[in-house]
Amino acid sequence: MAKKTIIPTKTPMSEQPPAERIKNYDEVPYGYTPEQAIAEAKRCLQCKRPFCIEGCPVEIDVPGFLQLIAEGEFQGAINLIRETNALPAVTGRVCPQEEQCEAVCALCKRFESVAIGRLERFVADWEAAQGPLPVPELPPPTGKKVAVVGSGPAGITVAADLARMGHSVTVFEALHEPGGVLVYGIPEFRLPKAIVRRDIDYVCRMGVELVTDFVVGNTATLDELLEDFDAIFLGTGAGLPWFLNVPGENLNGVYSANEYLTRVNLMKAYLFPEYDTPIALGRRVATIGGGNVAMDSARTALRLGAEESLIVYRRSREEMPGRDEEIHHAEEEGIQFHLLTSPVAFHGDGKGQVKEIECLKNELGEPDASGRRRPVPVPDSNFRIPADIVIVAIGQSPNPLIPKTTSDLQTGRRGTVVVDEDTMKTSKRSVFAGGDVATGGATVILAMGQGRIAAKAIDEYLRTGEW
Amino acid sequence: MNKILEKEVLSDVAKLMVVEAPLVARKAQAGQFVIVRVDAYGERVPLTIADYDREAGTIVLIFQEVGKSTMQMGTLEAGDELVTVVGPLGHATELDNFGTVVCIGGGVGIAPIFPIARALKEAGNTVISIIGARTNEYLFWEDRMRAVSDELIVCTDDGSYGRKALVTEPLKELLESPGKTISRVWAIGPMIMMKFVSLTTQPFEVSTIVSLNTIMVDGTGMCGGCRVLLDDGPQFVCVDGPEFDGHRVQWDNLLSRVQFYKEQEQVAVERWHEKCKLDEVS
Repeated sequence: MAKKTIIPTKTPMSEQPPAERIKNYDEVPYGYTPEQAIAEAKRCLQCKRPFCIEGCPVEIDVPGFLQLIAEGEFQGAINLIRETNALPAVTGRVCPQEEQCEAVCALCKRFESVAIGRLERFVADWEAAQGPLPVPELPPPTGKKVAVVGSGPAGITVAADLARMGHSVTVFEALHEPGGVLVYGIPEFRLPKAIVRRDIDYVCRMGVELVTDFVVGNTATLDELLEDFDAIFLGTGAGLPWFLNVPGENLNGVYSANEYLTRVNLMKAYLFPEYDTPIALGRRVATIGGGNVAMDSARTALRLGAEESLIVYRRSREEMPGRDEEIHHAEEEGIQFHLLTSPVAFHGDGKGQVKEIECLKNELGEPDASGRRRPVPVPDSNFRIPADIVIVAIGQSPNPLIPKTTSDLQTGRRGTVVVDEDTMKTSKRSVFAGGDVATGGATVILAMGQGRIAAKAIDEYLRTGEW
Repeated sequence: MNKILEKEVLSDVAKLMVVEAPLVARKAQAGQFVIVRVDAYGERVPLTIADYDREAGTIVLIFQEVGKSTMQMGTLEAGDELVTVVGPLGHATELDNFGTVVCIGGGVGIAPIFPIARALKEAGNTVISIIGARTNEYLFWEDRMRAVSDELIVCTDDGSYGRKALVTEPLKELLESPGKTISRVWAIGPMIMMKFVSLTTQPFEVSTIVSLNTIMVDGTGMCGGCRVLLDDGPQFVCVDGPEFDGHRVQWDNLLSRVQFYKEQEQVAVERWHEKCKLDEVS
């Protein structure tokens, strides 16, 4: 048999040039053309034992959908993905494929992996361009009712899976728009909101009822919901922002990343005054943190018109938790990186407005619990970074609203809801949880993976009544 | 969508709306608030629940037209709808029989102090209420407050009605009065009034509860924009409050924080006035 020639590198995806894109909120990568997609899909070796499926938290049949793309069967490809993934246009954009499916691709041993994420995005976008999606045929109703709390990636996944099994699902969302972190957190230039809306509409057309402006814990407690529902899934995310707890953090101009991004993304403050919600525009904006949320904040600040946008991170470039692609995009756009730098105080202008960040220089010490080398402050290395807006993006933990109003829901470290990882069952009968509320803060796809595990376990619980 | 069932103009700047919100009315308690959005472009505005009717499924909102959003809300009439009314949010007022309590409402703050005074009265307290405003036109609900108070003191800054005084003056007299032991004070009104009420009660060591109306976005503890600095660190008004011990609040930081968007608010108000003018001519 003739030896197959492999193109060693991924088919490149064209992008908006940095100088142009920092002036708009449009998406950065343009996506593949059908020809590019077919060429890229043909790079797949169709391994007998495909590690990519195991590498995917929602176990997408990767070789299967790549084969269909290679054959030009785009509809078949997206149908296959949708069997296990309710948000393909979303995950095709925001998944860290380089750590998951693509990391274990057999090609990686000698070449670049297949661009699985780009291809997932391609077929999802191709499908959207064909018009409204046909609703899949659903089994007869089981008569069981499930409440899903939170309409982010975990909740939407659970809702879609349970609807497919014939259960009646109601999703409760605290905000006025569904989508959770996909809508309030991830910026338009990385994940256009129309895409999220489309995927959620599809789930609603499968019969899932969506109730916005309903804060579970306040508007109704879990126990009250259990009077009307047979089971509950908690997918409330990690909504509680962390602050540094250093002097001056309450000065005007110091935002949590959650607030900064929510104002811009959910409330559309970038369109103020057409939209009512304002945002403070800084000339020199400093974002503290090294994750994806920090990159999102720093890049948003540029688009809002900041002359300079800085990242202040306590370790080095290597330890940054953000995706390579996000850090790379940030660098391309001219974000300045102040590494090995820890803020110790904020100083104001005497009128209540932040003016400078006092920092210490760090050196890297021994690895810590996360396996990354720990920052060790250099004594007396204090110096100041001028900034008129500061965004604190150092992480978040689950919102305590529901645990506080539910007596028998066990929580663990940093307020996470304790779950059995095989079933996502909580300590409270009939209540399951997954996503950031259980992990404390991870990725969209891990939340969806846990959602899938939970949906299976919920289905079993509803059928057997066994807890 | 939440329908406005009734609208009442209370004063030149304060308006009252009875709003259909059965889910909120079912659970609302004195001291809690809702977040309201006027339309699809609207910001999320926190408003204290001034009253509720569980059976009718309605709540009463009272607001002062201080910015673009509240001005726009003021143009709505019975039959119109608010796109968002979500709640009840925040903690309810801690109720108990404390003995003799003082309830102070300043300006539009008279509205949220009313259900608290009523609940305290029902809990067996002797309720002395003080309501005040800049001028007579800004006063309302004197009759309602009188009905739930053992004693009611009314004052205006300019003396156009009741006693010519700031609310802190009769408060200080009550605290100094040898015949009275005041166990607790509640104050709701302009930030500056709550600050001075707290300063007035501090030397007497009388516990003073204030209800803070800070800048908010989500109202569920997600953004931290509402954070208030207390003596021992920051707290979130939306989920830790809205009521706090006034003696522990760092008022100057708070007064500065609520001014943060002053320039943008000005822009929005001017744009709104222009739109109103255009609507009048076209």
